[in-house]
Amino acid sequence: MIDVKGLVKTFGPKPVLRGLDFQVSRGEFVALLGPNGAGKTTFLRILATLARPRLGLVRIAGFQLPGEAAAVRRRLGVVSHQPLLYGDLTAEENLHFFGRMYGLAGLPARVKEVLELVGLYPRRRDLVRQFSRGMQQRLAIGRSVLHEPQLLLFDEPHTGLDQEASAMLDGVLREIASGGRTVVMTTHDLTRAADLADRIDILSKGVIAASIRREETDLSTLQALYREVTLV
Amino acid sequence: MSEQAGELGRLHPRNAPVRDYLRAIGAVVWKDVVAEFRSRELISAMLVFSLLVILIFNFALELDIRTRETVASGVLWVTFAFAGTLGLNRSMSIEKDRGCLDGLLLAPVDRSALYFGKAIGNLVFMGLVEAIVLPTFSILYNLNLFNPGLLVVILLGSIGYIAVGTLLSAMAVQARTRDVLLPILLFPVTIPVLLAAVKASTGFLQAFDMVDIKPWLNLLIVYDIVFIAVAFMVFEYVVEE
Repeated sequence: MIDVKGLVKTFGPKPVLRGLDFQVSRGEFVALLGPNGAGKTTFLRILATLARPRLGLVRIAGFQLPGEAAAVRRRLGVVSHQPLLYGDLTAEENLHFFGRMYGLAGLPARVKEVLELVGLYPRRRDLVRQFSRGMQQRLAIGRSVLHEPQLLLFDEPHTGLDQEASAMLDGVLREIASGGRTVVMTTHDLTRAADLADRIDILSKGVIAASIRREETDLSTLQALYREVTLV
Repeated sequence: MSEQAGELGRLHPRNAPVRDYLRAIGAVVWKDVVAEFRSRELISAMLVFSLLVILIFNFALELDIRTRETVASGVLWVTFAFAGTLGLNRSMSIEKDRGCLDGLLLAPVDRSALYFGKAIGNLVFMGLVEAIVLPTFSILYNLNLFNPGLLVVILLGSIGYIAVGTLLSAMAVQARTRDVLLPILLFPVTIPVLLAAVKASTGFLQAFDMVDIKPWLNLLIVYDIVFIAVAFMVFEYVVEE
C-alpha cells in the first residue's frame, strides 16, 4: 500500500528525513514512534500530499508522489492533532462540506452513518466550537473516513485528550482498523502503540531505526528498544 | 500498478471534471458564507473600520463641494483597500487557525478551485461592506455615488484587489508575521488597480468624457484578467510546503 525509498526532506539547510525507507502492506496498522523533532509529522505530511519530498520515491496504492497526488488524495484520510474542522459550522455541516469537496454520492445518508459511528449523531446540530476536545477529535475521525479511504494517517490523534476521551478514541480506531483499512499512526505513547498496532516502527534521526511486529515483543522490550535507538 | 484498481469507496467516478470543479468552488463559498453569518467576525470588523475611516476623513478634511468631488474617490478607495486587507487577513486566518487549510488541501480537487472559492467568498463580503459604506459616504460627503459607471468601476476594482489579495493572503498566512506581511505584500502589487480605480471613479464623479475614463477602465479589466490567470496557475505552489 505504501512504498517509500530513500526519502529526503530538508527545511533550508537542515535535513529532517535522511534517506528514509518504509513499506506498509494493505490492511496493516503501523504505529510510528519517535522523539520530538524526529520527523514523524513531516513524514506523514509527505504521505498526505501536504508537503513535497526533496528526493526519493513515494508510492501510495500504486500512485507516485508528488505527480499523482490527486489520485492519492482520493484514497486517503488524515487525522492530525488539529481537528481540521470549522468551529462556526455544526458537526453535520462540517461533514456535508467535506463530503461535497470529495464529491460523495448519497451524502445525507453517509453523514448520518458517520455521525453514528463516532457517537455524535445526537449533537449533530451543535457548533463544533462548543465541542470538547475529545468530541472534536471524534468528529475529525468521522471526517477522515467519510469517503471510505483505503489508507488512514493519524498524526498524534490523542494529543490533549483526557483518559476517558483517549479510551473512546481507541475504540473508534479499533473499529476503523478492523474494517481492513491500512493505518499509519504517529504517537509518543508506547503502551498505546503496542496495544493498537500490528507493527511498530521507530523513527530516529530521519530514518526508520527499528521495526518490530507486535507479536514479537512486549512492552518492556519495546521500551528498552526505544531508549536504545533514540539515545542521542 | 495492480493496487491502482482499488475501490474508491463512495467517491463519484471523475467523469465530470467541470461539475466537480464548480461543486468544490460552490462548497467553499457556501462554507465561508454560513460560517461568517454565524460569527459575523469578518464583516463587522470591515464595516466598523470602513465607517470610522470615512468619518475621520469627513471631519479631518473640511472641504468645499468642488474639492470633495476631487478627493472623494481617493478616500473611498483608501477605505475599501484598508477594510479589504482586514477581511483578507481574517478570511485566511480562519483556515489556518484550526488547521482547516490542510483539510481543504486534502480534498481531491484542483487546488485552483479552492482559490476561486475563497476569492468569491471574499468578494461577497467586500461587496456587502461596499453596499453599506456607499450610502453612508454619499450622505456624509453630500455626493451622489449611485452612478452606474462608478458601480462598474467599484466592481472591477474590487475583483482585481480580491484576486491578488486572496493569493497573497494564502502566501502570508504561512508566515508567523502574517498580520503585517499581507499589507506589505499587497499594497505595492495593487498600486495599478487602485490608481486606475481612483482615476476612473473621479472621471465618473466629475462627469469626464468617456474618452478620458476608458484607458483606466481598460487597465482595470486587463489587471483583473492577468491576476486571475496568475493566481489560477500559481495557487497550488503557494499553498504547498
